[in-house]
Amino acid sequence: MSLPPSAPGRPARSPLGWDATIIALVVLALGLGSRLSDAFLTGANLSNLSANLVEVALISLTMTLIIIAAEIDLSVASTLGVCSALLGVLWAAHVPMGLAILLTLGLGALAGFFNGWLVTRLGLPSLAVTIGTLALYRGLAYALLGDRAVADFPPFWTNLGFGLVPGTQIPIPLVAFVVLAVITAVALHATPFGRSLYAIGANEVAARFAGLRVERTKLLLFILSGLMSAFAAVVYTFRFSSARADNAAGLELSVIAAVLLGGVSIFGGRGSVVGVIAAVFLIGIIQNALTLADVPNEILTIVTGLLLILSVLGPNVAARLRAARQRRSNLTSPKGGAP
Amino acid sequence: MTGLSTSSTAVPGSANLLTRLFRAREASLILILLALIAVTAAVNPRFLSAQSLRDLALNVSIVALVVVGQTLVLLMRHVDLSVSSVLGLTAFLSGSLFVAHPGMPVWLAFLAGLGIGAVLGAVNGLLVAYGGVPALVATLGTLYVFRGLDYAVVHGGQITASNLPPAFSAFASGSVLGVPSLVLLVLAVMVGFGVYLRSYRSGREYYAVGSNVEAARLAGIDVDRRVLTGFVLSGAIAGLAGVLYLARFGTVDAAAGTGLELQVIAAAVVGGVAITGGVGTVAGAGIGALLLGVIGSALVALRAPAFWQQAIQGALLLLAISVDIVLARRAARRVQERSHR
Repeated sequence: MSLPPSAPGRPARSPLGWDATIIALVVLALGLGSRLSDAFLTGANLSNLSANLVEVALISLTMTLIIIAAEIDLSVASTLGVCSALLGVLWAAHVPMGLAILLTLGLGALAGFFNGWLVTRLGLPSLAVTIGTLALYRGLAYALLGDRAVADFPPFWTNLGFGLVPGTQIPIPLVAFVVLAVITAVALHATPFGRSLYAIGANEVAARFAGLRVERTKLLLFILSGLMSAFAAVVYTFRFSSARADNAAGLELSVIAAVLLGGVSIFGGRGSVVGVIAAVFLIGIIQNALTLADVPNEILTIVTGLLLILSVLGPNVAARLRAARQRRSNLTSPKGGAP
Repeated sequence: MTGLSTSSTAVPGSANLLTRLFRAREASLILILLALIAVTAAVNPRFLSAQSLRDLALNVSIVALVVVGQTLVLLMRHVDLSVSSVLGLTAFLSGSLFVAHPGMPVWLAFLAGLGIGAVLGAVNGLLVAYGGVPALVATLGTLYVFRGLDYAVVHGGQITASNLPPAFSAFASGSVLGVPSLVLLVLAVMVGFGVYLRSYRSGREYYAVGSNVEAARLAGIDVDRRVLTGFVLSGAIAGLAGVLYLARFGTVDAAAGTGLELQVIAAAVVGGVAITGGVGTVAGAGIGALLLGVIGSALVALRAPAFWQQAIQGALLLLAISVDIVLARRAARRVQERSHR
């Protein structure tokens, strides 16, 4: 009903500038990709490209919300691992698939709740908590499944993982991502809930005095993050038709890299869903284009790292140069800069 | 959170009480450690055999060494995620020095490791101190960049023990009075930095910067230079750890040390180094690393089911972090109440 005005209430240094930059970079990467290889701008390749980044894309949505609220969740990949393991164990025990998926999502929500409970009730820093649960949840995945792999998932379900929407080249999981991305974007940018995340991230004490229920909101964010990781686990398991305890190990760093590259401030209070999605695709496009051009994988790792650093360093250096030029022009003009 | 970091600032007046508190905190960790060792040894006496203690010491000391540098950075309210990649890269590069120059003196490998590590650390330090890039972002970026460089340099190759001169490998197998020389070196570094952080002006600056950057700046501390130095030292120490890693394992490929950064941060946090800055000691961080190492090998000695070990380790890690932070906060509150009376 009463949506908060977006213009005056926006946090300082609106992320819009960065959104435009990163979308321009995506277009540039698409152009470069088509120059590097003829196979790049084909439906089949783009379809393959987006299928490969869908788990990172999914989890980066909830990670965006958490980092905007000035918290972090390092346990997402381990949550994915333990949920994938549970799905495999349940299926191997002949639990009907529908129920197995529901239980898996339930485990994800529970894992997220546990993180959120430790952060909000005990007041522990989320970085410390989720380093702990990163180890714990991955350990539970091994406890569930050991070094076995469950692979005999029914074709109907695995097809949902790696299949295409009939008549198109759009991977089915991408459709789910688009729906969830729209929901996240609307929730973050056009609802009081979304505005409250910016407020909490920008100044938690002020947010509390303004009557926001900080603890409840954060708890909800961690539950959503766990739930999203569980959903990504279902997608991952079906896409590779394999449930293993080490599924997606290390994915948390890719997710955080994408979110930060997307212009979300690690200190909270700033960022947008559009920028993050563009960043996820930027990394995916570069990865894919370089692979097609037979550029070795290690270069890609370096490019990802450099992009991440430059995304913050670039604007900082530009601002400093601008400030320096301002100062110099103040010094040269005799009337400027009265002390 | 704020209560934790403000109360821990080493204000001269309350320093005495606070040092006693932190002593108590380290003492409680040591108690947990001793209890764990006693129980494990009672169930499986072989846990205390010379061989098993040696292995434990060797495994812990590499993590404990990297934790020293991480402590410097964490004290200033920053973080260095790139240590694992620095370790991997220096391990391989110092190994390939031996391949290229088989007759190279051993000390040169150590020097190379320290130097390469310091340069990599300087990249982090410049980005954070002068580039205005938050440490988490900068070092996550360099974690990728350095690992990518590592893969590019290694190029599918590998260093094996046969490439290394015996005098170098002896560093991990040889010992002085029964203690492996590698462990002695790590202990020496820890003692050195422990004393430095406790008793030297520039050592205290790490605490000042982490407790309150503005106050530190107003007190005349060159914050940027301190941050840069911290990252350079963290890099150099991780580089040294890379050389020791090579000596210990003999075999190094491009994946060496992957994931070590989280182990290191976990050890520091368990050892009472606050990720909110300004609180912690090298001794505590070392005990944290030791505790995690002992938990790991105790689970093996107690014959915990293999696939449950990681879960139990994770649960204990989480417990250690939670208990430590909750106790520290309670202690801090008590100090505050007492000083208000």
